[in-house]
Amino acid sequence: MRNHILRRLLQLIPILLVITFLSFAMMRLAGSDAVLQKMENTGMVVSQEVVDAARAELGLDRPFLVQYGVWLARLLRGDMGTSYISGQEVLPAFLSRLPATLLLAAVSILLTILFSIPLGILAAVRQNRFTDYLIRLASFVGNSLPNFFVALLLLYLFAIRLGWFPVLSREVTLQNVMLPASTLAIAMSAKYTRQVRAAVLEELGKDYVAGAKARGVPFRVTLVKSVLRSCLATILTLLTLSVGSLLGGTAVVESIFLWDGVGKLAVDAIQMRDYPIIQAYVMWMAIIYVCVNLVTDLSYRALDPRIRLGGGQR
Amino acid sequence: MRDGVSRRRQRGRRNHIRCRLLVFLLLAALLLLAVIFAEELCPYDPNAQIFQPLQPPGGGHIAGTDRLGRDLFSRILVGLRTSVFSTLALVAVIAAAGTAVGVLSGYCGGLLDGWMMRVSDVCLAFPGLVFALAIAALLGGGIQNAVIALAVISWPKYARLARGQTMAIKSSDYVAAARLAGDTAPQIILRHILPNSTGPILITAVLDIGTMMMELAGLSFLGLGATPPTAELGSMMSDGRSMLQTYPWVVLGPGIAIFVAVAVFNLLGDTVRDCLDPRNSHRT
Repeated sequence: MRNHILRRLLQLIPILLVITFLSFAMMRLAGSDAVLQKMENTGMVVSQEVVDAARAELGLDRPFLVQYGVWLARLLRGDMGTSYISGQEVLPAFLSRLPATLLLAAVSILLTILFSIPLGILAAVRQNRFTDYLIRLASFVGNSLPNFFVALLLLYLFAIRLGWFPVLSREVTLQNVMLPASTLAIAMSAKYTRQVRAAVLEELGKDYVAGAKARGVPFRVTLVKSVLRSCLATILTLLTLSVGSLLGGTAVVESIFLWDGVGKLAVDAIQMRDYPIIQAYVMWMAIIYVCVNLVTDLSYRALDPRIRLGGGQR
Repeated sequence: MRDGVSRRRQRGRRNHIRCRLLVFLLLAALLLLAVIFAEELCPYDPNAQIFQPLQPPGGGHIAGTDRLGRDLFSRILVGLRTSVFSTLALVAVIAAAGTAVGVLSGYCGGLLDGWMMRVSDVCLAFPGLVFALAIAALLGGGIQNAVIALAVISWPKYARLARGQTMAIKSSDYVAAARLAGDTAPQIILRHILPNSTGPILITAVLDIGTMMMELAGLSFLGLGATPPTAELGSMMSDGRSMLQTYPWVVLGPGIAIFVAVAVFNLLGDTVRDCLDPRNSHRT
């Protein structure tokens, strides 16, 4: 087990290198560097020599890979440059907004688990009955609604018509997080309920379930002790697969509810072409995503004895 | 006796699925026709700012008018065309490109395969929409750029699928027989591997239409897709969101249109999967 964790951590290094390299290259591809941007911002027209001198001073005339190395070294010291627009340092600006996004993501994952696992199990147990059809219909509708439309519908219903929640969720409080988190949770639950249903159904079709029934084991006991236990790993993996779309979804939802997280920061930065911030956003989101996947993979082994014992072959 | 009953039930189920497929194919065809002839079906010019602004639905305007006095129903129809066409183009491109890459790397194996899979690993390492946001930011506005951004992040799914299919088919007896009979690699790929791997790829592609339409509209909603003169559902909703409180129909109309289009394609996708999935023929 320890060897496995170590190996996975080592595998992380090339992935992180590629992520940082792509984030760096993307910024270069944008065809704009700090010097040009500064000139644009101040509206100065200067000669090519001055531009070249400024570039040499910042090391922008050196080969691409050398620049990447310098940039990476600065990154490791926590220096991600400054914003083109506000002149703020990128890393503190980014980190100060990260907790809001993490709270939003955590609450929506919690809501998703709370709704879709019981509903998915219920739908599987009552397969092809009314309850099942109702749950499947709801999940189908949820699956066909774009998240920005869900956000606007929730805003219209619960904030404007009923007045239960504030229209703008500027401040980070538990009441304010409910509408944006529900938006994300609806989209996630719709897909996830289906997957939980399919996973439980597949397990219910196995021979040991019929065997337990024949031996007179109560269905409830089989369901909880055997079926759910063996589905747990699958269910967990499927949940982390949706974390990717959750991270992207936060950008849309945050900018609708004006929730002050990194997603809104990034969308605003995109509109202003503030590349250092976009770069930080893409890089950190990818790193978070990779780490989430790693943690799932490791907990997958802890949860499922079949994988843990047969670990040698993988 | 029991065997006969279950076989009859199975046949009934297959007929039921075929029936559903027909219905949803018709619905999708209807949607496509409506979108193709959008300009002819529009009651008014979608860009003419000649009506009283912000009229509620009803009267001469089925969906009301927007803040510039344009007929919303006409704009929704034309906007739907933009969404549907660009989504179909996107899915066609990623399915074709992904399949080509997957089949090649699955068939040739070796160094090419290794590199292709590393590239797709990297694409999959980024969370989907975040990467698309960054690429769209790089390329700037415009619906083509949004399509390119989504294409860059979504082809690996098809490449992996096609690669898996290719590797399974490649080791089958009939491919060995074809090779013994003197077929060249392109012949084997075109005659045996491609026709036999279309099923799963087609299922994935049809199921992807709905998702891609929503993501494309999402990018437009954030201002990274269609630019002002073009009518597009996502940007129309983004335009109207500040008026949600007083004139909700400006947002609800385009939203319902997206929902209907996505639902039709999702229903079609689910049915195509049920129809082509071999597991269905022995599951009662």
